Amino acid sequence: MTAQAVEPTEHAVVIGLEVHVQLETSTKIFCGCSTTADDDEEPNSRTCPVCLGLPGALPVLNEGAVEAAVKIGKALEADIPERTTFHRKNYYYPDLPKNFQLTQYDAPICQQGSLEISVEGTRRAIGITRAHLEEDPGSLQHKGGSIDTADATLINYNRAGTPLVEIVTEPDFRSPQETRAFLAKLEGVLEYLGVFDSTRDGSLRVDANISLVDSEAVDDDGSIDDDALADANRTEVKNISSHKGAEKALAYEVTRQKNAVRRGRGVETETRHWDESRGITVSMRSKESEADYRYFREADLPPLEVSHWKEEIPIPELPDARRERFESEYGLGSEAASKLTSTKSVADFFESVAESFDADLAATWVADNLLGELNYRDMEITDVEGRLEEFTRLIELVDAEELTVKNAEEIVLREMLDEGEAPETIVDREGLGKADEGEIEGFVTEAIEENPDAVEDFHNGEDGALNFLVGQVMQKSQGSADPGSVNELLRAELAE
Amino acid sequence: MSDHNVFVTESTVAGDDAGPLADRTIAIKDNMSTEGVRTTCGSAMLADYVPPYNATVVDRVLDAGATIVGKANMDEFAMGGTTETSAFGPTENPAAPGHVPGGSSGGSAAAVAAGDADLALGSDTGGSVRNPAAFCGVVGIKPTYGLVSRYGIVAYANSLEQVGPLATTVEDAALLLDVIAGPDDHDATTHDRAADSEYAAAADGDVDGLSIGVITDLIEGADDDVVETFEASLDELESQGAEITEVSLDSLEHAVQAYYVIAMSEASSNLARFDGVRYGPEGDREGNWNDSFAAVREEGFGPEVKRRILLGTYALSAGYHDKYYKKAQDARAWVKQDFDEAFEEVDVLASPTMPVTPPALGESLDDPLQLYLMDANTVPVNLANLPAISVPAGDVDGLPVGLQLIGPKFGEETIIRAASAVEE
Repeated sequence: MTAQAVEPTEHAVVIGLEVHVQLETSTKIFCGCSTTADDDEEPNSRTCPVCLGLPGALPVLNEGAVEAAVKIGKALEADIPERTTFHRKNYYYPDLPKNFQLTQYDAPICQQGSLEISVEGTRRAIGITRAHLEEDPGSLQHKGGSIDTADATLINYNRAGTPLVEIVTEPDFRSPQETRAFLAKLEGVLEYLGVFDSTRDGSLRVDANISLVDSEAVDDDGSIDDDALADANRTEVKNISSHKGAEKALAYEVTRQKNAVRRGRGVETETRHWDESRGITVSMRSKESEADYRYFREADLPPLEVSHWKEEIPIPELPDARRERFESEYGLGSEAASKLTSTKSVADFFESVAESFDADLAATWVADNLLGELNYRDMEITDVEGRLEEFTRLIELVDAEELTVKNAEEIVLREMLDEGEAPETIVDREGLGKADEGEIEGFVTEAIEENPDAVEDFHNGEDGALNFLVGQVMQKSQGSADPGSVNELLRAELAE
Repeated sequence: MSDHNVFVTESTVAGDDAGPLADRTIAIKDNMSTEGVRTTCGSAMLADYVPPYNATVVDRVLDAGATIVGKANMDEFAMGGTTETSAFGPTENPAAPGHVPGGSSGGSAAAVAAGDADLALGSDTGGSVRNPAAFCGVVGIKPTYGLVSRYGIVAYANSLEQVGPLATTVEDAALLLDVIAGPDDHDATTHDRAADSEYAAAADGDVDGLSIGVITDLIEGADDDVVETFEASLDELESQGAEITEVSLDSLEHAVQAYYVIAMSEASSNLARFDGVRYGPEGDREGNWNDSFAAVREEGFGPEVKRRILLGTYALSAGYHDKYYKKAQDARAWVKQDFDEAFEEVDVLASPTMPVTPPALGESLDDPLQLYLMDANTVPVNLANLPAISVPAGDVDGLPVGLQLIGPKFGEETIIRAASAVEE
């Protein structure tokens, strides 16, 4: 009898996300305190009886937060209910002023939406189960150690009451890469809506649920057998704070889980903490007993009728629509159009450049040159948001032929980003102003006189000789001459 | 001041020079936040808590010219009907020495009955204004839910409670209600209805043609001599032109159970913040956060508060939520519907405020269930969010008996008018 080889089980990865987004309202969700932290603010200074949860204080709903959530709902093509209500989620934790959190339970502001992502040219819709409003807790600072070993823990309630939207997806992701694409797309959409500020610390927090299922349980259309999913042990990964972090954390977790299965240990259902600096997930607690939050409706907040809000609150053009418009209106390819519309500030900048210049030129400068150099430096468009006028002037110099494309790209743009200087300052310092015609004619004459062999070769029909002479002239002009016109000048001179 | 242990803290806060309450003194129940004056809720947990802000009703009485004379004693966190669960000792009933003043606003009612204050504010979650008003022989009003701001009132059961006035006359109680009623930006459940109210003017004693329905379900459980006193006051109203009929509300047999499940559930959440981090007895405690929270709560809360927190936590727990909390909400909806239907037939409803006369001090605390049943006549009003007033109806061997008149939503004028006729 021959030993039969056991086929190793092929696993499919199943991931669902819970994304907490801080809404960019001017005041907190249930009181009039500001949501904006001053750089040097004292702990617990941006508070009042309501967000401190003092005895007797009552919440009053900030309708601006509801409006922002309705905008998100529209962008995610979600259902907005007739009326929305708030519930208490009861649990004890020192950062929670009332030891319950005001959140939404059975009537969340958004239900059943979706968001389309694109990974390696394939488009897929990710289902959104729900999105609900809630209040952010305060923050803890552990003195003299970590959470377990600290001598003391200090509580700062300045963050308490900042409005959050928690967006819960279906378990529709099949790879860590898809979660990154989703989060990047979501951030873009939220910024387009003007409800989110990605530069704010802690403005995006992600929990991910991840499990491995037998790939047999996955249908061709990507849907998964419910029983297989229910049977699979899953880990919840917390403390993810960016789309890049999500991909890294989940890629680690996929490998860890596959190894655990291969070594016969299996995957334990537990909560794990993503340690960004070490690039690993660590076990926090096993989830043997599900927490009981004893949800019940908050009587201090009357139900809010929102059925008509969906019609009344407008939302701006979103990334997908804008991409399609860029393709048709500016004749851009789909890759360039995608690149230019992924964030609102890039798209806005492109359109302002395209107003004054040719669309192709604008696309090259914004999508290739500027974004390329930013990416190389690990910078974002938001890092140079206040300097977009300078970049427009740089393109102007090129367009007016006062600066060569080569110098603009290789010297001026790079120094603008590295040194933070204005383009004119760099052009003057480096002497890059385009040489005038008389000067170039002088260089042409010099090159011809200094290279009789090349001139002879040219007259003998060797094409390379002309290129050599153009190079000589370019060298003399330190790159400030335009190769095309040098070529013409040389031909004219040599023909005489 | 009298020696009935009326106040937890005696403190004078002068109001504006002029206003409808100028020259009046007022006692404030000690669960209402007073800026700079400690607000204990009758609990050791808050023995040293000094709020940095005023409750809306406190601002309103000060703006109206009243002078606060003290923070009145109460059952701990308003949980009780005798003022005996206070961590600051029981209050004696000035109208019936040796007996409890009722509760939980026992200090407020006693202050008015003893003449320590002209007026008082109490809060009524399941009868806590009407019960002590009846026991102390004074007038107390529980307004429609949403008529008076709750901002600054330390919550016990926030879907049920309202602030209410206490005074020696219906007109004075109505005058105080005029001052405190009306919308408040800090309380989203308040209503515009009372913005231009004239409750004091409604105390004109005119009941000619008014139809009053006696709730038979609330007579059955009451002591015989209480019922006799109650019926005598109804006869008096009938002689002034009121029509007396009988009504029965089937849902009321479930009201006490429903009330306690809802009130305890809400209390378990409302009192969660008292964990020793910012309130409660200090001390170096062993163990992790949860151990420390538990130790503070063990030390800081009295037995009745612990009982209600534990039962409420249980009623909201997974697996029991539908059996208790949800069922209680269904019963609450039924009670509301029963009242709505009754008000299609009559203008006001009537019952004895309390089914018994005030127990002697120390007599009743041992049997919580018996105490809970004492609330049978008052809790249905809170479940249905309705207004009600308790007005003195006479006495049984010197022990006060109150008549409760219940009105439809925002029907305060009607019950004030009817109650003022009882006084004459």
